[in-house]
Amino acid sequence: MNRTVALSRRTALFGTAGAVVAITLAPKPASASLQPATEAAIKKLIGDKKLNEGRVTLRLPPIAENGNTIPLTVVVESPMTAGDHVKTVHVFADRNPTPDVASFHLTPAMGRAEVSTRIRLGQTQDVVAIAEMSDGSLFIGRQEVKVTIGGCGG
Amino acid sequence: MAAPIGQPRVRLPSGVKAGDIVEIRTLISHPMETGTRRDSSGNLVPRDIIKTFIATFDGQEVFRMDLHPAISANPYIAFAFKAEKTGTFEFTWINDAGTRATSRSELRVG
Repeated sequence: MNRTVALSRRTALFGTAGAVVAITLAPKPASASLQPATEAAIKKLIGDKKLNEGRVTLRLPPIAENGNTIPLTVVVESPMTAGDHVKTVHVFADRNPTPDVASFHLTPAMGRAEVSTRIRLGQTQDVVAIAEMSDGSLFIGRQEVKVTIGGCGG
Repeated sequence: MAAPIGQPRVRLPSGVKAGDIVEIRTLISHPMETGTRRDSSGNLVPRDIIKTFIATFDGQEVFRMDLHPAISANPYIAFAFKAEKTGTFEFTWINDAGTRATSRSELRVG
């Protein structure tokens, strides 16, 4: 990337701090609460509906050395038929400056509810995915990524 | 001063049989400027991202994505697709300014 030397020195310092924080963090329960900004972003997209656990799997590297480009795959258990399929998957990064990451709009023509992209994470955090099913039910999954050098513009 | 939308790169799988679920992979070159980064003179670089991606097969929408600045530069987007018959994929990327890039490829199903 075409960043300046001064910036890369600063990000290296942040990276060291991030690594120390990562080591001291205890594993969180799946039901752990989210940051207020993430809660607000979720509410804006899906309202106050009940979120069920399960069916949503996030595939992410457990440790990312470079927060600028982290591979993400989301898989949702669904037959993907006309009568029973995943309509939308919203992805949020709980501790990014802006939690919204992407919304994927799926159709039964896909045959399988699986999408991939590459994302930026500013620091060690949980990535959250919420799937909206064709019957209106919602399922949530989350996965932590330890980031040693953050993305999001340094 | 939006960055030009780059050249899309799409490679569809070959040797596909009817009923196979395949992965459709796409890539386009674009800086995905977050709007929070500063240039070498300390000025904020204005936000400029690809915010929508649409994939259609024989004119029917099969997949769409809304992108935010947290998507990496040169966005890679892949999705599953159940191949039933030979047809044409059309991929469209749209940036903040509303400029579109389009790519068409035939998926051959044997």
